[in-house]
Amino acid sequence: MSLHQFLLEPITCHAWNRDRTQIAISPNNHEVHIYQKSGNQWVKSHELKEHNGHITGIDWAPKSDRIVTCGADRNAYVWSLKDGVWKPTLVILRINRAATFVKWSPLENKFAVGSGARLISVCYFESDNDWWVSKHIKKPIRSTVLSLDWHPNNVLLAAGSCDFKCRVFSAYIKEVEEKPGPTPWGSKMPFGAVLAEFGGAGGGGWVHSVSFSSSGNRLAWVSHDSTVTVVDGTKGSTPSQLKTEFLPLLSVLFISENSVVAAGHDCCPMLFRCDDGGSLTFVSKLDLPKASITRNISAMERFRNMDKRATTEDRNTALETLHQNSITQVSIYEGDQSDCRKFCTTGIDGAMTIWDFKLSSHCDLKKVECN
Amino acid sequence: MAKNTLSSRFRKLDIDEFDENKFVDDHDEAVDNQGPDGTEIENLIRIGDTMTAFHLALRNPPLNTKNPAVKERALAIVLRVLTSFKSSDIEPAVKSLDRSGVDLLMKYIYRGFEKPSDNSSAILLQWHEKAFAVGGLGSIVRVLTARKTV
Repeated sequence: MSLHQFLLEPITCHAWNRDRTQIAISPNNHEVHIYQKSGNQWVKSHELKEHNGHITGIDWAPKSDRIVTCGADRNAYVWSLKDGVWKPTLVILRINRAATFVKWSPLENKFAVGSGARLISVCYFESDNDWWVSKHIKKPIRSTVLSLDWHPNNVLLAAGSCDFKCRVFSAYIKEVEEKPGPTPWGSKMPFGAVLAEFGGAGGGGWVHSVSFSSSGNRLAWVSHDSTVTVVDGTKGSTPSQLKTEFLPLLSVLFISENSVVAAGHDCCPMLFRCDDGGSLTFVSKLDLPKASITRNISAMERFRNMDKRATTEDRNTALETLHQNSITQVSIYEGDQSDCRKFCTTGIDGAMTIWDFKLSSHCDLKKVECN
Repeated sequence: MAKNTLSSRFRKLDIDEFDENKFVDDHDEAVDNQGPDGTEIENLIRIGDTMTAFHLALRNPPLNTKNPAVKERALAIVLRVLTSFKSSDIEPAVKSLDRSGVDLLMKYIYRGFEKPSDNSSAILLQWHEKAFAVGGLGSIVRVLTARKTV
């Protein structure tokens, strides 16, 4: 585990480049800062200033090395590196509310933007006119879209939104791709079709984050009623929901076909396991605090504390976890979604932490080592 | 003076009702539970079998009904059972519930907090402490985010 404190401002969102030597973050303002790794330090190398409102989403395409950003100014920009400078290209999203989330598709020929306008903008590049065109998915979304994730087949898109539902849409754009083959989620996939809809039904909270597994057969989401849910498309459509006793989780990620990492307002990443039968269980918290050393306070210290802080106890106001405030995003640092060895978390405390897994030999559960 | 100071009737208009994008929760008309059976539970309390009364009271919660009278009646019955427990019996009773049971109990406890009566607060706080030990912060978050309340 290694923590790096960037600044004191919250990190709204982050994205890694392909070889993890650079990270793009937004320190809760209109800019994106790109930091370059040099030794053990992170040095700021670029500042991307084009947005007029807070940046709400950043995604870095690993193969084509393009960055897409979206913000509260209802715009998205695609940035390309030319002669060492990042040049933006405006994308007309045609939304009348803030954008909330952006993600490149696996083949990087399109990206999807979630927004407060109760719709998803799927954008692709039209080479005839040399600009990005957006198509809208509107029905049946009834509230802000909070999170998106692409299926590995580059066509299906999962969306979690504030209307308490998680849906799987088809984002098939015939101009840029072939017709996709059938999947466990469905075979007919015209653009904008809803292939699956989960959630709602009286209980439930806003769906903060969704994640497809690497095979695309499983979909996990976390919602504001402190639950984690996983559904397996190959085994019918009954989701398996786990009601946790923690504060709501804000970000979820599949790190293998059977394991899910989620983190949120408890400032601590948690590991969940989804077995072959499809049922979800909590494994452990991944932030193991070192045993607090309860030392005997000398009389001198007691009087000093009484003088300075009007208390005789040795009160520590820092949290026991590494992150001192809620974690807002979890991303893969090393490995891929079928076998992740390290993952990264950023949060409202402005810190970025990289967590290391060590494979346990006799079972496929992964244990974390703090070193 | 301006004309609009003459009548303030416009202030009573709820403009959110006229918003065409207003979010209407889809009510799946599930089984309309009528709440627990009062007389049977009263008998059980009288003979001292509070555990069975407890489990009976938590069955059939009136979550889906829009009738406030049904909900009030169910709440009164559950509170009657909760207040008739001895302090030492609370913990085993909570332990005997499953996850959804603990969530439901938390919902009733917070409803009970809304209208405190003579002894109810003290015993409800004890129930809250034991239910929190099992359900954690998540159960309280689910009370706050639930759209179908008891």
